[in-house]
Order: sequence, then structure tokens, then C-alpha cells
Amino acid sequence: MSLQFNNEQMTEFKRLVARYPEGKQKSALLPVLHLAQDSFGGWLPTEAMDYVASLLKIEPIEVYEVATFYSMYNLKPVGKFVFEVCQTGPCMVSGSDNIIAYIQKQLDIKPGETTKDGMFTLKLVECLGACGYAPMMQVGKIYREHLTKDKVDAIIAEYRTQAATK
Amino acid sequence: MGVKLLLEKANVPGIRTYDVYRREGGYAAAEKALKEMSIESIVEEVKKSGLRGRGGAGFPAGMKWSFIAKPEGVPRHLVCNADESEPGTFKDRYLMEFLPHLLIEGLLISSYALGSNDTYIYIRGEYAWVADILEEAIVEATKNGWLGKNILGTGFDCMIHVHRGAGAYICGEETALIESLEGKRGNPRIKPPFPAIQGLWMRPTVVNNVETLAAVVPIIKMGGEEYAKIGVGRSTGTKLISACGNINKPGVYEIDMTISVEDFIYSDEYCGGIANGKKLKACIPGGSSVPILPANLLLKTAKGETRYMNYESLSEGGFATGSMMGSGGFIILDEDQCIVKNTLTLARFYRHESCGQCSPCREGTGWMEKILQKIELGKGESSDIDLLWDIQRKIEGNTICPLGDAAAWPVAAAIRHFRDEFEWHINNRELSQTSNFGLQHYADPIHVPA
Repeated sequence: MSLQFNNEQMTEFKRLVARYPEGKQKSALLPVLHLAQDSFGGWLPTEAMDYVASLLKIEPIEVYEVATFYSMYNLKPVGKFVFEVCQTGPCMVSGSDNIIAYIQKQLDIKPGETTKDGMFTLKLVECLGACGYAPMMQVGKIYREHLTKDKVDAIIAEYRTQAATK
Repeated sequence: MGVKLLLEKANVPGIRTYDVYRREGGYAAAEKALKEMSIESIVEEVKKSGLRGRGGAGFPAGMKWSFIAKPEGVPRHLVCNADESEPGTFKDRYLMEFLPHLLIEGLLISSYALGSNDTYIYIRGEYAWVADILEEAIVEATKNGWLGKNILGTGFDCMIHVHRGAGAYICGEETALIESLEGKRGNPRIKPPFPAIQGLWMRPTVVNNVETLAAVVPIIKMGGEEYAKIGVGRSTGTKLISACGNINKPGVYEIDMTISVEDFIYSDEYCGGIANGKKLKACIPGGSSVPILPANLLLKTAKGETRYMNYESLSEGGFATGSMMGSGGFIILDEDQCIVKNTLTLARFYRHESCGQCSPCREGTGWMEKILQKIELGKGESSDIDLLWDIQRKIEGNTICPLGDAAAWPVAAAIRHFRDEFEWHINNRELSQTSNFGLQHYADPIHVPA
């Protein structure tokens, strides 16, 4: 098996599992899948899921059925930055439709697609609990709120610069 | 200014850190509870306070605590439900982000009262940075002796663990949350057995919302009776309302439940009126699953009485002419908003979030979304409205968990109060693609269906 946590990731894995009682290590599955996704390029290939199953001493199917249930796990490769734009009621009444159309135009992709340079993926998601700060999107660990067209342009430029300087 | 029990210190610089929280009187309630009070008297104070679950159901918290089974030698658990996912609701996020130690203190007192040595905070996966804030607060609290072994020399051990979900509304339902915490799909369990008897790892478990557990701190500080004096009737204490949509000042507000809906929307202390000088059209007062109300029924009940921001008043008139306090997610729609489109986004939400266990919900939510989509795109037929009504009726009450009801109610209420707007969409297929029905509804007197 080629996919493996490095030392630092393994320390984090052990910290996560230690939260649950002896023999209940399967409880760590969701947090460990987050760790795996963050560690292995932003998505979960079958190999990663099998690896997680072996670490937690559970059957691979127990991992697959969970990974396919929760919307935060990506089962296909994604771009370096994933724009997850909320489209539910409160965001919709605050103008999310226009923001979604604008992002599509600026990145020249449709929802679910990734830009040709592999930089950005656009995902439409349901309520993220930022209704008072709408329209909004999640990028990685953080929320970008009160979106306007200008703000979208600035955010795209910011991530391009961030990628170029790394 | 109303009474503030939870957010009183929210604006104190550095209140997120242990030192400032402690200096501002933090952990005094925990000290009182652990050093001076018996377990029974803590539960008694919470019962006296009349505190009702702040997640949406409004079940008396003290009574829920008293149901927990205490079999010899079996560990018990307290689980904090921080899976805030009801559209329109973002109050728990605010509380955890700015006052993490208030939640930790509430969790400590509650864990002590319930005998939970390992307490879990199940936080929605998207609130990743909030999870980090909580973890930091837990480290600080542990360092200062409020968590860990033999807390304050009482012999009580307690550790709080943060558990991130991964994107599933259904995990806010307590048995789905427990399944998810066990590393499984979030499929709700059939009750009984209730979690108080067999919950997490089949051990006795209490699941409470973030705001509910934070409210335990002022209850212990001031005593249950004093807490119960705030508010009105069975709506005791304060409630966090997350206000959003077309208003001037969206945000999280703490209210004492004696304020009228009209004051809440129009006063500068709260929502500050409808944005851009527009008129109020409709409101979903308690999170997306509660019935939407047109402006006239929102501000006054069908009897013509002022409607107030509390459990009883918001539900006055039942579903025919009232709504619910729910989670306190207060969504305002102005005159430019289309009820068909709004209902469609909510139907899509529930279709997306249905776990798929029960056929009425799994199939019904998809059908409702498709029919609403058809009407929204100018392809609706007049039979579609009755069909939608029929489907929502067949979902409601026919599923294991309340998600089915939550999906049915918004559709039912939209048709109940805005049937003329649906009909207009269907009778004006082309026009509906370029313009809105607006406020035409209000030319009619209040229509109360049988």
C-alpha cells in the first residue's frame, strides 16, 4: 500500500482515536476520514478508504458506506481550492444565484467541474449555517461571507497568488 | 435593552480566552455547582428554571435529564448537539465562536449532574475553525483544573471531546447523531429505546443543544426560580434568535421572549427593519422547517392580537394560522421574493438531506422538488398544487424521524398561505419567468383554510 500517513499525521490519528473508549475505535471514522482527505490531496480514493479501514480494524465496506453518505467527503479528485457555494433559502433570498452565475463565468466552469489548470472546483452546497452573512461560500477550512462580485474577483486573485508563491 | 444572560459578555475583548472569561466571573457557576450543590439539587434548579430545549423541539431540559437510566457499572454520556444545520440558524456557531468557555462551563456542570465522565461535542464538519476554537478552550480549561481528573477535589473526572461531523443535516436528529458518533451513516434509530436508556454505544445518553447547555450556567448562577421569572408563561429565560434574509441588521440576538415580532423586526436594537426600504412579505420564524407566515399573520394572530417572540405566541393558531419558535432561525422575505422559488430551495434541501431510510421521505422529498421545479420553470399545471399537497400529507407522520415532517411543513404552509401565488405561476407561465407575484396577496383578507 503506497498511501500512508506520515509521522505527524499518524500522531494526529492516534490523538483522534484516543478520544473514544477501548474497542470503540470505529467512532473515530469521520474525523479520521477528514484527516485522510486533507492528507491525500483533498479527496478519498478507494486506496485511502482501505487504508483507513485497516488502521481502524474495520471492514472496507464500513468506510465506503460512510464516505458516500456525508457530503464533505470528495470521492473524485478536486482542484487545489474548492469553492462550496451555499444555495439554500436564506442565501437565495440574499442573492446567491447571482454570485453562483458570476463564479461560473469568471472560472468558466459549471457546478461540479474543475478548472483546466486544476486550480478551482465549484460545488453547490446546502445551508452552511452562515445565513446572516449571506451570500457565502466555504473554501477549505474557512467561510468567505457577504460575497459580492468584487469580493469574488479578489478571492480568486488571492488564491491564484497564494498558489503561485508556494 | 432586554436581559442578556448568554451574550452579556460577548463583546468583552479577549473573552474567548480562559483568563478573560475567568476574570469576568466565568467558572463561578461551575465552582458553585461542584462544591456547594448536590447532583439532585442541580437537576432540580434546571427543572425549576423551565428551560426548554433550544435546538428546535422545545422539550423541558430538566425533565429530559431526569429520564437518564443509571444502571450499576455502565458509563453514562452527555453529548452536546452542535450540528447546527437548520437553514436560517447560526446562533450556536456564534456562541461557540465567541464564548467557547461558556459552553465548556455549561458542559462541565451538566456532565457532573448527569455523571458523564466522557462528554462529546458533535459539531457540524463545516464549522472546522469553530472546532479548533473549542479544542483550544478545552486545553485551557484542562490546564486550569476544570477538566480532567478529580476536578476541584470532588473526585469527579470529566473530559470533553470535540467530534467533527462531515456534512449531513440529519445528524442534528439525536439518534442519527449518535449513529454518526459511532462512525456510521446518520440513519436515525427507531425509538424506543430512547437515548436516555440506550444511546451512545448503547449506554444511557443525554443529547442537548449548545444553547441549552450554555443556559445551565446562568441558571446555576441565579437559581432556577429567578431564571423562570424572565420571559413569559412557559417561555422562560432568554432565547438566541439568528435573524437573516432581507433585513437591515442580520445577526444573532438574545431576547427575553416578551418582545413583539413587530418590534423585533423593525426596532434598531434588533433587525432594524426591512432592507432597501422594501416591504415585508413573509417570514419563516423558527428555521426552515417551520411554517412560513405571510406578513399579516406574522405580526398579528388570526384573532387580531399582537404576536410575540415566544413559544406560545408564535404557535398561536396552530398550523392553520400560526407557526413555531423552532430553533430560532428567523428568515425574512421582502416583497421581491418569490414564494415558489423559496419553497423550491427548501424542498431541494430536504431531498438532499433525507437519509433514505423511509420511503415516504426518500421518494416524497424528490417528487416535491421536481414538481416545484416544474412550476418555477413555468411548466406547472393546475393539478400540481393538489399533487404537492397530497405528497406532503403522505410524508408527514409516516417516517422514523422528524425530517419527514420538516420537509412536509414548508411545502404545506407555502400552499396554505400563498396558493394564489402558485396559481399565478401556473396561469402565467411566461410572465412568471420575468416578473414576480409581489405583494398581490395582501389585497385579499386573511384567508383561513379549514
